[in-house]
Amino acid sequence: MRLTAENLSARRGEDLIFKDISFTLGAGESLVLTGRNGSGKSTLLRTVAGLLRPETGRVAWTSDGAEAGMRAAEACHYLGHRNAMKAELSVSENLAFWKDCFGDFSGGRGISVGEAAESVGLGGITHLPFGYLSAGQQRRMAFAKLLVAWRPVWILDEPTAALDVNAESVFTTLIENHLAAGGILLAATHQPLGLQNAQELKMTGFAGVMENVW
Amino acid sequence: MTALLLRDLKLSIRSGGGALIGVLFFMTVVAVIPFGVGPDLNLLSRIGPAIVWIGALLSALLGLDRMFQTDREDGSLDLLLMQEHPLVLTVLIKCLAHWLGNGLPLVIASPLLGLFMNMSEVAIGATMLTLLVGTPALTFIGAVGAAVAVALPRGGLLVSILVLPLAIPVLIFGVSASYAAVEDPAPFMPPFLILVAITMFFAVIGPIGAALALRNTAD
Repeated sequence: MRLTAENLSARRGEDLIFKDISFTLGAGESLVLTGRNGSGKSTLLRTVAGLLRPETGRVAWTSDGAEAGMRAAEACHYLGHRNAMKAELSVSENLAFWKDCFGDFSGGRGISVGEAAESVGLGGITHLPFGYLSAGQQRRMAFAKLLVAWRPVWILDEPTAALDVNAESVFTTLIENHLAAGGILLAATHQPLGLQNAQELKMTGFAGVMENVW
Repeated sequence: MTALLLRDLKLSIRSGGGALIGVLFFMTVVAVIPFGVGPDLNLLSRIGPAIVWIGALLSALLGLDRMFQTDREDGSLDLLLMQEHPLVLTVLIKCLAHWLGNGLPLVIASPLLGLFMNMSEVAIGATMLTLLVGTPALTFIGAVGAAVAVALPRGGLLVSILVLPLAIPVLIFGVSASYAAVEDPAPFMPPFLILVAITMFFAVIGPIGAALALRNTAD
């Protein structure tokens, strides 16, 4: 089970944001992207998730059960800046929809909607419309979405934005459990997630490309 | 996939969904015509099918731009794009949900508006039938426009303008089939079957085009 990126480079408009990034992540490994604002962390994550077409290079997913020609994105959960939940629907409706829509990837199983809400510490409020929750609660529920269906790779873009200290430790525990279960983590963050043995990739952005510091 | 259909249907009837807005707009447009045209019953019944069809076309255009935009704004679209199911199928399901939420209410409301226009029973039935067959085509054509304009804020008017030329054939054959049902020499079946063909054609082309546009949206 391996997520491989080869010679990735990506462009936003005219500007090359990064070039020739390669990495390989196996089961239980994690890569944390750091760097100042605008250094291309989100762009790299969106490229790996298949939401941006890379200028050069490719992202590949290899495992025993994988069919040839499968997109790497199918093995990934992506938690971006936006929560991908509908304010008009209740939390449980939102989570149940995503559970159904995602389906389980081979090699694992998601937990039920109730359990997922419990594990992010918000068990009692799944009947409320998502729009009623506070920003931090919304972020927690968006994180619960990762638990309802199994995906080996988690791609998290600033997962701890708008969160209190308690929630950060909850997230760290959940991420560690995921890694222990053979998952892969790719995260961009400003706060340290407190993970053991995480590899770190420092992004320098457009300026780095210009100065050829890669 | 049923989950997506149910979710979109729920969203269309909850606050801000816009299903009711379309019907209300349809009723408003058609209901003011008799006041503008005056109490000439023969004239009203003669222009009735055309007015009902134009009203339905305009109301169908009204909600189109939100088809993918709401999903894009909250990030759901990203996740839908990443899934294993073919994107064409996802778009098709979203079109179906959109039609059930926005198109079908127009069809159901049309007999009432037929009464406003002093149309005969046959004309009302024919208009309702042609709307039932023709409005899905409007949704499928609209899906392409909505997908192209998904990244544009305030893309609503642009979607309508993009879509309108392609929607004209639907209007022409829908109205001519409705007229053919009441006016004797003209046969009903040929324009009606062409309308069916247009709908089936766009049911295939529309989702493919929309899926292509969504895949290539720059952000």
